[in-house]
Amino acid sequence: MADRQEKLSVAFAWLSALLVPALLAMVTGFLLRRGLPSLQVALWFGDTPPLAALLHGAPVFDGIWPACLGTLYLVALVALMAVPLGVASGIFLAEYAGGRTKLAFSFCIELLAGIPSILMGLFGFALILFLRRSFAPEANTCLLLSAFCLTLLVLPYLISSTRLAIESLPDALRLTGASLGLSHWQLIRRILLPASAPGIFSGVILAIGRAAEDTAVILMTGVVANAGTPGSLTAKYEALPFHIYYLAAEYQSPAELAQAFATALVLLALTGLLLLAARRLQAGLEIK
Amino acid sequence: MAARLLYCAAAVSALAVLAILAFLVYFSLPLFQGDQLAALFSWHWRPLQNEFGILPMIAASLALAVSSMLVAYPLALGVCCFAHGLGPDWAARPLLVAVRLMSSVPTVVYGLVAAFSLVPLIRGASSGSGLCWLAALLTLAVLALPTIVLLLDNQFQRLESEIRLTAAALGLTRVQEMLQLTLPLSSRGLVMAAILGFGRALGDTLVPLMLAGNAPQPPLSLLDPMRTLTAHIALVVATDSQSAAYNSLFACGLILFLLTVLVNLGLRRIRTGATAHG
Repeated sequence: MADRQEKLSVAFAWLSALLVPALLAMVTGFLLRRGLPSLQVALWFGDTPPLAALLHGAPVFDGIWPACLGTLYLVALVALMAVPLGVASGIFLAEYAGGRTKLAFSFCIELLAGIPSILMGLFGFALILFLRRSFAPEANTCLLLSAFCLTLLVLPYLISSTRLAIESLPDALRLTGASLGLSHWQLIRRILLPASAPGIFSGVILAIGRAAEDTAVILMTGVVANAGTPGSLTAKYEALPFHIYYLAAEYQSPAELAQAFATALVLLALTGLLLLAARRLQAGLEIK
Repeated sequence: MAARLLYCAAAVSALAVLAILAFLVYFSLPLFQGDQLAALFSWHWRPLQNEFGILPMIAASLALAVSSMLVAYPLALGVCCFAHGLGPDWAARPLLVAVRLMSSVPTVVYGLVAAFSLVPLIRGASSGSGLCWLAALLTLAVLALPTIVLLLDNQFQRLESEIRLTAAALGLTRVQEMLQLTLPLSSRGLVMAAILGFGRALGDTLVPLMLAGNAPQPPLSLLDPMRTLTAHIALVVATDSQSAAYNSLFACGLILFLLTVLVNLGLRRIRTGATAHG
């Protein structure tokens, strides 16, 4: 009886273990088959000469270059806002907070981590409604608003990875600091932060990946299908994930659908590379 | 000085979630006047006839999250057991690498691939458009799988280092160790992974939006289209309808928020229980 149960369990484990890589292979295989033929320079720049677009900002009409730039700007803005805030909060929770403050803050941040991304988008949307009713009647969804809402989305990841990186440092480091007569802040600044930098950086990279791939938030806060290169912080913009979503729903020709698959390949490569970079940092940490 | 700045940063981060809640409550306040609340909890969403019932969306969200968990959870458990004793040792690492890669695939990419591979299959096998509960369920299961696997893997790793010697002393095989010791001992972790996966499935927008067909009706058959709360929010904002629709939008948001709070409280309860009992 027990023997049979064992055999069944092993069989099921094999089945699921085979299914998972098979699924991954199917997804990437499908994307490669449909998208690879369109993965050419024209995918990025359409009919515009690439150099003219890159150096002189010539408008690109049926390429994904504006969407690439949009995602780049978006990610840069998110990093600018989220990294200082997230890392500082992580340091506070790891080093300074105690008792009730720590409990209350961690509860709020855990809750923020669990909130569906669409609610961050809805929050941004509500913020615009609120601004219009109160003191900025012209307020509209834009690049800056998306970056703000995405900041809320990635903040919990940054905080918990920073906190974990600092809290998992060996006690010997703290003792060293104390024996050198360092103040608490000097200890953090000169010893703990440099030692936990790889862990913090890998958290930052993962957060950037999350911001680059999210569609639900930007869908509600200012991304559009045809905005060209983003002009200002308060302008509408294009982004890679939304471009894929839009083409999948509204494609007019097989060529546009092929472009959707090629764009998906580009985005997949981007998030995959970010994951690899983060893993490499973490691996370096484990060896030390 | 530094400590004060850091405190402010942490306070801002912690207050963010309260700000979100405050905005949701503020914008759903008009619903608590008159009989609007009763109208909200009806089974009919027909904006043109001034009917804004959101019960179909609530039901669809819950049904989709539970059903995709029913598919993803056993698979994730199988994968974890395979990586921790039921399969050959050499296969564990590559398998977990594959799972990590799966977790880095953007949601919209899963949606795109499913829309042009899975949906045509379902369309061929049934009479409808192929955009239905089943399509969203299967894709969502793939999406939630890595979350569950990585959490369980973490649990199993920690537990294994504790019980390895005991298991070896008892003369248990790796398979017996997994089935007789690790699994029963990690019951809390198993529940936590299920709750976390449920929360992940409940909160996803893109998969139901792209694959579930978005018809506001109660989920009665796997081959029927459905509309989840998340997709509903995205759709209403995109279509720019009248203000009464906007109000119900924030009610949907509030319900999603409360469900998230419940999920988090559940997780927290299990975790504190775990530390209290050693």
